[in-house]
Amino acid sequence: MTTVSGERLAAIFVEVADTLVDEFDLLDFLHMLTERAASLVEASAVGLMLADQRGRLEFMAGTNENVRLVELFQLQNQEGPCLESFRTGEPVINVDLTAAADRWPLFAPRATAAGFLSVHAFPLRLRERVIGAMNVFGNTRGRLLTGNDVPIMQALADVATIGLLQERAIRRGEVLTEQLQGALNSRIVIEQAKGAVAQARATSVDDAFDIIRRYARSHNYRLVDLAHVIVTDFASVPDLYRP
Amino acid sequence: MVADGDRASARAAAIRSLIAGAPGAPGHVGLLGRVCLVAARELAALGAAVTVLTGDGLRGLSAASDPVIERLEELQFTLGEGPCIDAIESRRPVLIADLSGPAMSRWPAYAPAVREGGVGAVFAFPLQVGAARLGMLDVFRRQPGPLSEAELEIALHLADATVEGLLDRQEEEGRRGDTDGLAWDVGNRAQLYQAQGMVMIQLGIALDEALVRMRAYAFAEDRRLDDVARDIVNRTLRFDLDTP
Repeated sequence: MTTVSGERLAAIFVEVADTLVDEFDLLDFLHMLTERAASLVEASAVGLMLADQRGRLEFMAGTNENVRLVELFQLQNQEGPCLESFRTGEPVINVDLTAAADRWPLFAPRATAAGFLSVHAFPLRLRERVIGAMNVFGNTRGRLLTGNDVPIMQALADVATIGLLQERAIRRGEVLTEQLQGALNSRIVIEQAKGAVAQARATSVDDAFDIIRRYARSHNYRLVDLAHVIVTDFASVPDLYRP
Repeated sequence: MVADGDRASARAAAIRSLIAGAPGAPGHVGLLGRVCLVAARELAALGAAVTVLTGDGLRGLSAASDPVIERLEELQFTLGEGPCIDAIESRRPVLIADLSGPAMSRWPAYAPAVREGGVGAVFAFPLQVGAARLGMLDVFRRQPGPLSEAELEIALHLADATVEGLLDRQEEEGRRGDTDGLAWDVGNRAQLYQAQGMVMIQLGIALDEALVRMRAYAFAEDRRLDDVARDIVNRTLRFDLDTP
C-alpha cells in the first residue's frame, strides 16, 4: 500500500468541507466522497449506504455499476461488511473475501464473482449515532490497508458524517421555518379577514368571525382559504359583505 | 477545540435554562417575551425586541421587553430602514456601537429617532436557519460602546435558542397535526391585523397599503401602532373620515 501524501490528503479534506458549504447536493457529495475514498487507497470500488428514518440502510452512491449491484445484494440478503459495520459502529478491515464464506455465506461468493477479493467497511458515525457505512473493495489479493490508511479512511467517513448531519439539521430547520411562517400567515390572514368583514357588515370582530365560519362551512371552504379570498378579492364573496 | 465546543454547549444550555426560567406566558409570544427579558438583563441593555417574520416579510409575531422598546422596533418597519432590517437582509449581525456615527447617514430617519428615544447603540441579530429567515433579535443600549466578546457570545446563543425554541414548538405542533396556526396566540398583534382589514375596506385599498397608512398615521401622530389599531377596532378612529 502506498502512503498517501499529506498534501493530497489535505486537498481532499478541503474539497469535502468545501462541498458542504456550497449549494449542497447530497448525491453529488456522496459520489465525490466515494471517488476520493477509492483514489486514496487505490481501491477497486467504493460504495456508500445511508440509513433512512427507520434505520434501514439504502444504497446511495458507488464508484461503478459493479459495486452498486454488490451493495444491493448485501441489502437484499441483509448480510455483508456494510451492514456489519453499520450495526456495530466499528470498521471492518482487511477481510479476504475468498476466505470469508463462513462470515458471509451469501455475500462473499457474490462479491468474489464480481471480481472483488478484499473488503473493508467504515461506519459513518458521530459519537453514538451511526447513519450509514462506506464499503471499500480491492481486486488484488494482498492489497491491504496498512499504517495510517485506516485512521485516514475513518477520518474521511467522520468528516462526511458531520457534514451530512449538519445538512440534515439545516434542512429540518428550513422545513420547520417554512411551516411556522405558513401557520403564522394563516393566523394573520384570518384576523385581517375578520377586520374586513366587521367593517363591511358593521359588526364586532367576534361576530365577523362567526359569519366567516358559517360561510366557510356552508360553502365547503377551508377557513384559511376563505380568509385569503376575503382579503384579496372581497368582491367575489358578496354574501359576506352584504347582510 | 473539544474544550471550546464543550464550553460553548454549556453556555448554550445555560442560556436555554435562563429563558425557560424567565417569567412570561406560555405560547409563542410568551417565549419571545422571555427571550427579550433575558437579553435585556444579561446584556445590560435598555431593552430588547424579537420579531418573527411571516413568509412575506411582515412582522408576524413580536415581543419587546417594554412598550418603549416595542415602539422603537416598530419604527423600523414604519420607516423601512434600520439595523434589524439590514441584519435580516444581509443574514448577519449588524452591530452599531454608536448611533451618532456613520449610522446617522446610513439610516437618516431611523437613527435620529431612536437616539431621541435614549438609545446610544443597537445590535441586531438575524434569526435564521440555512436559507430560511425567521426573524430578528434586537438589543438596544443606552450607552454607546461595543458588546464585549462575552456579551456577543450570549447574544448569539440567545438568537440560536430562540430559533430552536420556535422550531421545536413547530415540530411538536406538526406531530399533533396542529399546523394551521389557528390556535396560536399572536398577542396584541391580532388587533393590528383586524384593524388592517378594517382600513382596507374603509379606504377600498389593498391590504398592504392599509398597513402603510396605519403606520404613517401612527408616526405622524406620534402614537404607538398598537394604540392606533385598538382605536380602529373600537371604532373611535376611522380612516375614511378622520385622516388628512
